[in-house]
Amino acid sequence: MSMLYTVMILKKVLESELWFTVLHRKIKPLAVEARLRNREKKKMTLGLINANPVVQAKKERLVRTQPDQYRDDGVDPLDIYEYVRDIRDPEHPYTLEQLSVLSEESVTVDDQLDRILIKFTPTVQHCSMATIIGLCLRAKLKECLPLHYKVDILVSPGSHADEDSVNKQLNDKERVAAAMENPNLRQLVDECIYSDEI
Amino acid sequence: MDLMEKNLELVEIQKLEGHTDRVWSVAWNPVSSHADGVSPILASCSGDNTVRIWEQSSLSRSWTCKTVLEETHTRTVRSCAWSPSGELLATASFDGTTGIWKNYGSDFECIATLEGHENEVKSVSWNASGSYLATCSRDKSVWIWEVLEGNEYECAAVLSEHTQDVKMVQWHPTMDVLFSCSYDDTIKVWWSQDCDGEFECVQTLGESNNGHSSTVWAISFNATGDKMVTCSDDRTLKIWGTDIARMQSGEEYVPWSHLCTLSGYHDRTIYSAHWSRDDIIASGAGDDAIRLFVDSHDSVDGLSYNLLLKKNKAHDNDVNCVQWSRGEGDRLLASASDDGMVKIWQVATKP
Repeated sequence: MSMLYTVMILKKVLESELWFTVLHRKIKPLAVEARLRNREKKKMTLGLINANPVVQAKKERLVRTQPDQYRDDGVDPLDIYEYVRDIRDPEHPYTLEQLSVLSEESVTVDDQLDRILIKFTPTVQHCSMATIIGLCLRAKLKECLPLHYKVDILVSPGSHADEDSVNKQLNDKERVAAAMENPNLRQLVDECIYSDEI
Repeated sequence: MDLMEKNLELVEIQKLEGHTDRVWSVAWNPVSSHADGVSPILASCSGDNTVRIWEQSSLSRSWTCKTVLEETHTRTVRSCAWSPSGELLATASFDGTTGIWKNYGSDFECIATLEGHENEVKSVSWNASGSYLATCSRDKSVWIWEVLEGNEYECAAVLSEHTQDVKMVQWHPTMDVLFSCSYDDTIKVWWSQDCDGEFECVQTLGESNNGHSSTVWAISFNATGDKMVTCSDDRTLKIWGTDIARMQSGEEYVPWSHLCTLSGYHDRTIYSAHWSRDDIIASGAGDDAIRLFVDSHDSVDGLSYNLLLKKNKAHDNDVNCVQWSRGEGDRLLASASDDGMVKIWQVATKP
């Protein structure tokens, strides 16, 4: 009973305006457990279910025969993809690529204006982790890219119930900056982006 | 004097380095300028949790950092504002507090800390007489504080009509009317009918009034206070006006109306706009550029503005704030950027 209660609180918090500040680490593991358990139940009752994310096998990495694939004056979208494909999902022990949240087509680059657009696909329409995934993308790219690159992050059109709201938050740099100053959120983001280095 | 005819350029006077994170905002001390015989003073605030005070030496004409206000705010300092007397500096921080600092000659001391907002404070503004202070926050509220004797500040009003994060508050330059702009895409006007401190929202400028279609980041008034410019994430600048004479003489609130929209000039979010005393509007945007606009005086069909000049790559990253200096005729502009720099510019005729 208390598990369900914790999940409800977490869900309410994440859906409210306060999600940026009230994410507590100790609630998370319980919630994930509960959610997975609920999914097992659904699976049994409904038969076919896609609530549990579909996990792809790890894609084989293309070995570049020519190391200097990208031009000196531009950035290769595939290089950007390399930076982000292995970011771990905040909820599940898989990468964003394995969960099909990101794919090579996710990244587009405007070389003239030095702008990068990333579109990601949350696993479910009401994914409460969408904003966190967006923050992870921003944090990772901030480290890897030269200063002047502009990054826009959007959810793939039609992939999220609160598409406009999520997009607006992810592209408001003041909101992003304030969120990243929250130690709990920062820790979660760091775990997701540095997971392959642990 | 038609500015468009002169061949003008924006010349970088100096780059002020020191902050170790992005600089969000700059503010010129109102009573210091060469005209007053006092060295100009500039405050800048940053993501490194500090505020830096810069002063121009009258001898060498170069700017140096006079003091660093630190160890008070525990998070980003988002904006700062000098009191009209120039003696006090208010600082708004993501730590939820607003600091009031007093200038004791060689040093600054934090004499008061205003608490109350539930989360990040985004902006702070003093009214023309220095009797009121306004703050706003992501908690969607605008607070009005009364300035009392002995470094005391009392909360006079908590105004909660915005439906989202409030980005900036700005008092009217001559009257005790408060303006706020928000993530909810609107600008709200707050007025106290009996001047008794009971403020209420008397107007909302939204999409239906020809308003912005996305977050409004800043508001700035012209010197006479009959016009204001607002800038937005929708990449436009909008000019609004009112019959200020009627407002100042009567007991009634006179509404503001949309006069003109400047679109097609910016292709990224415009974070800041500032109206100079001699009617030049400066804008700072997410494409690292600074633009200057002037009235075209082509008054066939109402008000219209022309781009006077565009300074590409004014900074290495987004320009967060542009502020004209207060002095008459010196046309100095300060800018703050995500690249961690503050720059001082001068509008000059090309050689």
